Amino acid sequence: MTTAPQPTRPEPSDGQPADREPILQVRGLVKHFPLTQGIIFKRQVGAVQAVDGVSFDLFPGETLGIVGESGCGKSTVAKLLMNLEQPTAGEIIYRGEDITKLSGRALKAVRRNIQMVFQDPYTSLNPRMTVGDIIGEPYEIHPDVAPKGDRRKRVQDLLDVVGLNPEYINRYPHQFSGGQRQRIGIARGLALRPEVIVADEPVSALDVSVQAQVVNLMERLQDEFNLSYMFIAHDLSIVRHISDRVGVMYLGKIVEIGADEEIYSHPTHPYTQALLSAVPVPDPEAREYRERIILQGDVPSPADPPSGCRFRTRCWKAQERCVVEEPLLAVPEVFRGTAGPAEHDSACHFAEEKQVVRPED
Amino acid sequence: MATSVELSTEEGGTEGGPLLDVRNLHVEFRTREGVARAVNGVDYSVDAGETLAVLGESGSGKSVTAQAIMGILDSPPGFVTQGKIIFQGRDMLKLSGEERRKVRGARMAMIFQDALSSLNPVLNVGEQLGEMFTVHRGLSRKQARAKAVELMERVRIPAAKERVRSYPHQFSGGMRQRVMIAMAMALEPELIIADEPTTALDVTVQAQVMDLLADLQREYNMGLILITHDLGVVADVADKIAVMYAGRIVETSPVHDIYAKPAHPYTKGLLDSIPRLDQKGQELYAIKGLPPNLLHIPPGCAFNPRCPLAQDVCRTEVPPLYRVSRDRASACHFWKEVVGDDSAPADKA
Repeated sequence: MTTAPQPTRPEPSDGQPADREPILQVRGLVKHFPLTQGIIFKRQVGAVQAVDGVSFDLFPGETLGIVGESGCGKSTVAKLLMNLEQPTAGEIIYRGEDITKLSGRALKAVRRNIQMVFQDPYTSLNPRMTVGDIIGEPYEIHPDVAPKGDRRKRVQDLLDVVGLNPEYINRYPHQFSGGQRQRIGIARGLALRPEVIVADEPVSALDVSVQAQVVNLMERLQDEFNLSYMFIAHDLSIVRHISDRVGVMYLGKIVEIGADEEIYSHPTHPYTQALLSAVPVPDPEAREYRERIILQGDVPSPADPPSGCRFRTRCWKAQERCVVEEPLLAVPEVFRGTAGPAEHDSACHFAEEKQVVRPED
Repeated sequence: MATSVELSTEEGGTEGGPLLDVRNLHVEFRTREGVARAVNGVDYSVDAGETLAVLGESGSGKSVTAQAIMGILDSPPGFVTQGKIIFQGRDMLKLSGEERRKVRGARMAMIFQDALSSLNPVLNVGEQLGEMFTVHRGLSRKQARAKAVELMERVRIPAAKERVRSYPHQFSGGMRQRVMIAMAMALEPELIIADEPTTALDVTVQAQVMDLLADLQREYNMGLILITHDLGVVADVADKIAVMYAGRIVETSPVHDIYAKPAHPYTKGLLDSIPRLDQKGQELYAIKGLPPNLLHIPPGCAFNPRCPLAQDVCRTEVPPLYRVSRDRASACHFWKEVVGDDSAPADKA
């Protein structure tokens, strides 16, 4: 590890750990993919506004969950954080430096500290490489981390850390089950001892009984190596389980963000409320009293998002103001200074607290 | 959502027996590596208007059972080696291919998980929906198109008249799944088998689609077999549950009892291992190990290598389905311990 010792993990209930220096600051991140027409002379006819002005902080040792439906831009945010895509605008500040402006050696150094775990353990591992080569490949790119003679030992240690038999080092991915492959993906992510791990749907492809194993592993590793996680998923239950703070995305924007308790028990944005109410709760007794908000229609195209509030076309509260004025992500006026759990950022003109998930008795 | 739980679980049930009665079904796949025993003696039944949820992980045999019922098993390599599938009083396995084809689509229909790969990309949805009527009912193409529009309206696809000429890729995931449902509903079958119908959909869309399916089921009093791995969806819509593991049913129960007091360690493990939306848990319970390879199912109880309660008897003796209460059964030698001492499920008659 080249970095200074880090502060300990923030208390899970701590919504704004303001006294701590964030490890990653994202400011006004925008990513538009151009839509072109014509074969030889391409001209731009529009843009898919995949990510449109996203800002958040990630603190050392915490897990920030990002939830949202397909097409909301959550995976694009992950790619931007990894610098796999160039943002159209905005900054990603890592330890005081805007990494979107970096290139060459400086970028390589930063990438060492921000690693990714992918969704699909079946396609994200090269079938022709042995597990040892897959997990050891980061050392080829960053030879200063582990001297050549030391690598095999390191890879075996990593296998042990993620709960795989170190003797499996010469096996190929197809000899492993889905859960084991995801462990290999995690071991590869850990190889360079990063500070931040961006996990994009890391357990969605796994069977229910195996998901728990991987989630537990990720939590254990976080404590052991003091990692910061950006945990992207569409499964709201898993995100609640693992996250300290949660951001809800809709059509390229964060519509609500706060501590997990604030989001899940005191949501103020109608989209969050609808999303939470739609999650089937594994409790048949709940179906009698559960109030479900069934949204009408589909998510609009990000190439032509609605004016004003992007959620207004499906929102039951929408009024004229929502068409003309875009709500900003801030603490809504009604909750300002209340010091209650509803006092967190929510981008709605008509924010209202509504409990949709019945707390456990 | 249906709130009342009506069960007619006594074998034989109401007049003429249940709508579908699967008895001791065995399916195997003969592959080059050996014989994979995918289904090993499955019994379940569904009545008209009833929803049976078949819960299981990948490889548990839940989909293969459904394919055998529908008669769409890939054969070879898949073979039904034993058992009966009695649907409306007739054993489906005794019918000729032609007779079976008349049942399929008209009397029982299936909804698949992945609508995009289940629909033909080069035919517009009107043609695909209309095909049901031209093939089974002998309608003209024009009449069939009118029927297709009607169906699309019934599954609440907006602007059905205009969209009947659209191609599958022009629909969103939720709308495509509605087309699948419309196709299954076309000939008003008595039984619908939905294989992970909402797994590929987002939660808000999943809620819309499950709502639609429940409404249609009520309207037409259909039997519904819902195949899923999602314990949340099951709790929302099912009347009764069959939990499958390694090709066997390990527990059957009315939906209310199983969540409160599971009677099989696998069910209990599953329930404990899912994170809950309404509670911030500590460490999740994780079932150790992996589901078995169907080429080498462990002797005795297939779950024994992963089971915290396993004893010697579990490694040698296959547990039968023990009767837990009037309408519950568990394939565990130690079901009494699993249910707990204060057990006695609520509705012990």
